[in-house]
Amino acid sequence: MMPFKIFNLGLVDFKKVWGFQKEIFLAVKNRELPSALILCQHYPVITLGRSADKKNILLSEAELRNRGIQTYKIERGGDITYHGPGQLMVYPIFNLNLFKKDIHWFLRQLEEVVIDYLSDLGVKSERRFGLTGVWINGRKIASIGIAIKNWISFHGLSLNIKRDDLLNFNHIRPCGMDIEMTALEEIIGRDIEVEGIKEDLIHKMRDIFSYPQVTLSCSERR
Amino acid sequence: MVKVILPELGEGIEKAMVSYWYFKEGEKVNAKDDLVELTTDKATFNLPSPCSGILSEIFFREGDSVNIGEILGIIDES
Repeated sequence: MMPFKIFNLGLVDFKKVWGFQKEIFLAVKNRELPSALILCQHYPVITLGRSADKKNILLSEAELRNRGIQTYKIERGGDITYHGPGQLMVYPIFNLNLFKKDIHWFLRQLEEVVIDYLSDLGVKSERRFGLTGVWINGRKIASIGIAIKNWISFHGLSLNIKRDDLLNFNHIRPCGMDIEMTALEEIIGRDIEVEGIKEDLIHKMRDIFSYPQVTLSCSERR
Repeated sequence: MVKVILPELGEGIEKAMVSYWYFKEGEKVNAKDDLVELTTDKATFNLPSPCSGILSEIFFREGDSVNIGEILGIIDES
């Protein structure tokens, strides 16, 4: 099994974790760490990936400021997304030279972590062909956007946990599309604490990345 | 003359979009410097320079789509 160091950061500012990711990235690049996993929640923030269009933010700059929502243009793939308290952020800083040098594989593995975790809770979720992320009945529960340098990954996935947090997605067009989001609380119908699920997700990450290949679900096969 | 080629990125990925050149034509680059950033759906990645030299030609500009195996640019080692 590939070891990775865990950094459990609690509720933190996006920009701080963005900087921290880069520090850890360098440590992995310099082989001071084999790989690392950062888990946290963010204060409200909208991030724009490389293919983002600002028109997909539906609030003015003044309205964003009033609501305390920061915006950042970042180097991950994908369009626009929102993060805030109630979402679990998972940033794998993985040295893919030690796993598999395959972007498609890495994205599918991240989806598999979420699908498998949800399955343990009795929740059936799926991939949608051409739309990276994890979906339940046509609504999105996990978003993924990564960056890779020297075959080391950063950025990662966000999993919607708290149902209250979903309201903030109304301020954007997630991924530049009319996507409806869902959250684990909404699916399960009871309160769930974000901090409480970190341990299970770490285990799942270890399980999924122990194997060189995942079995893809039917909707993924061409 | 060394060709900068878009390498295999993984199963099912046939092309990528040039999102950023770290150098301009005519500039000196060192081996392993980040040369160009490319974007696929949901992922960005950097292609390092295969050698040291002058980036003499760029064939695909920012926003252009490139297929796996195509030549992004040329580095003149002399």
